Amino acid sequence: MGEKRPRSFYFLAAFFTAYVLFLYGPMFAIYILSFQGPDGGLTFPMNGVSLQWFGKVFSGTGIVDIGAAFKRSLELGLVVMVLTVVLSVSAGMAFRKSFRGATFLFYVAIASLIMPSIITSLGIALEFRLLDDFIIKHGAEGWTTAMGLFTSGLGAHLTWTLPFGLLIMFAIFNRFDSRLEEAARDLGATPWQTFLHVVLPIILPSVVGIGLFGFTLSWDELARSSQAIGSVNTLPLELQGLTTTVTKPDIYALGTLTSAVSFLVIFLALMVILVLQARQRRHGSDAGKGMV
Amino acid sequence: MRSEIGASMMQNRKSPVAWLQAAPMMLVFTLFFLLPLVFVTIVSAWDYNEYEMIPAFSLRGYTDTFEGCIAGLPDLCTILKTYLKTLKLCLLTWSLTLVIGFTVAYFLAFHVRSKTWQIVLTLLCTIPFWTSNVIRMIAWIPLLGRNGLVNKGLEGAGLIQQPLEWLLFSEFSVVLALVHLFTFFMVVPIFNSMIRIDKRLIEAAYDAGATGWQTLTNIVIPLAKPGIVIGSIFVITIVMGDFVTIGVMGGQQIASAGKIIESRLNALQFPAAAANAVILLGITILIISSLTRIIDIRKEL
Repeated sequence: MGEKRPRSFYFLAAFFTAYVLFLYGPMFAIYILSFQGPDGGLTFPMNGVSLQWFGKVFSGTGIVDIGAAFKRSLELGLVVMVLTVVLSVSAGMAFRKSFRGATFLFYVAIASLIMPSIITSLGIALEFRLLDDFIIKHGAEGWTTAMGLFTSGLGAHLTWTLPFGLLIMFAIFNRFDSRLEEAARDLGATPWQTFLHVVLPIILPSVVGIGLFGFTLSWDELARSSQAIGSVNTLPLELQGLTTTVTKPDIYALGTLTSAVSFLVIFLALMVILVLQARQRRHGSDAGKGMV
Repeated sequence: MRSEIGASMMQNRKSPVAWLQAAPMMLVFTLFFLLPLVFVTIVSAWDYNEYEMIPAFSLRGYTDTFEGCIAGLPDLCTILKTYLKTLKLCLLTWSLTLVIGFTVAYFLAFHVRSKTWQIVLTLLCTIPFWTSNVIRMIAWIPLLGRNGLVNKGLEGAGLIQQPLEWLLFSEFSVVLALVHLFTFFMVVPIFNSMIRIDKRLIEAAYDAGATGWQTLTNIVIPLAKPGIVIGSIFVITIVMGDFVTIGVMGGQQIASAGKIIESRLNALQFPAAAANAVILLGITILIISSLTRIIDIRKEL
């Protein structure tokens, strides 16, 4: 810190500040506007201050059943989060050894990540449509569709969250000291004990990070589920539908509420990560003296 | 299994346990990614009528897509115009995200010296990525609308008499929103490449008399190339297939490669939608494979 900053530092710092303002400025504009007065419109200036638009969202007047969409997105997000964590950690552990198809799985994950979402979404929609046709043809009475929030919708979300989970696991194990595992093995721990008592506690903060990605990416996912969700909509889909019809600030109120959930989840996850890291430092220092 | 073999030997042995650990993820990708792609390819060569697809071989999905392309020459047909427009949006977004992303990453990697600050500032860039894209799009309305802050400000300053109409629901707002949403995908991989650069190289260049610009073009940019390529792949594939941002920010008036697929789907013309998806996929693969010529992705992650 003692060194004098070059002139380029100030230019770049100003650029960075402008970028951050660019990122957050518009978002804060709608957070403020969601408290618009009863006579206020979609733009500044504020015409008084009120909670009326939030009330409107909760009472549901004028807007489709937001409460139900809210609940659906929340449930789906939690399921996606748990599955993303479990499948990513499990596959991440696998990649530390070698297994048949490892390279293939890696490339599939990358392909899934960068595949244009509309193609994935269309594919899942076609798959389920063909499945339905097949079931109806083979005489299932009254069969409607297998497509739904927790079938095709869940699958669509996982194709988006799992690659992130796997890449985070790669990043974790790039820095992981495998001598710790060897030590556990030498002391007679079974593979499961080694994982549970040695590996997991060390990687836990990052695993919380995977959960954070899993939930938030699902909570906000739109493009992949757009064609593959069936008859009910998630919150982002409802929100997108509203952009073309709504002319009152209730859409901002809904946006503010949705963001509030995101921020709450981000805040909780970061807190948990900080606490876990602090705990690791405390306990870690003891272990360090004894073992390394 | 694992307890018997040493860590170094594990690298060379195929482990059935590991295979089982990876199987659930492979299963999800097979069911919801690989199989769907197979179905897209198959259905693209099916026949269809007004309301359903017919499982019989037909290239109607493709021929309908390119309808009038030869007859209408020298004028460009709709599909080619749409792809050119998509490529234009893609190119604009790519160059802007690259310049902004590179500059931001450079600042974070080389000018922020304390580790804590680096984490805090990186988080600051990441948090919007964890919030809703739709909301981040809607957020531009109060700023860019006819009565929005920008128009009001310009009018107040006497620079314009009438509100600028091209600020919102235009190609301008689409590119602005795309840059706003996806610069993050440039920042992360470029930053990741940059922090691996040995700082002594830069000092050496400085000691050898290189100017800041020479150091940038001869050392930083070549060494950050993998990050640049990975970020470019992200941004290009996202924009090529985008239909949500272009829909919302273009006021549902601008056509794009992704929007064609969406509107074909809404018209229940599944084989036509699938044919368009195959074309889009082909073009995307073409772009990616020419980009990956430059680097080996697997080594960089």
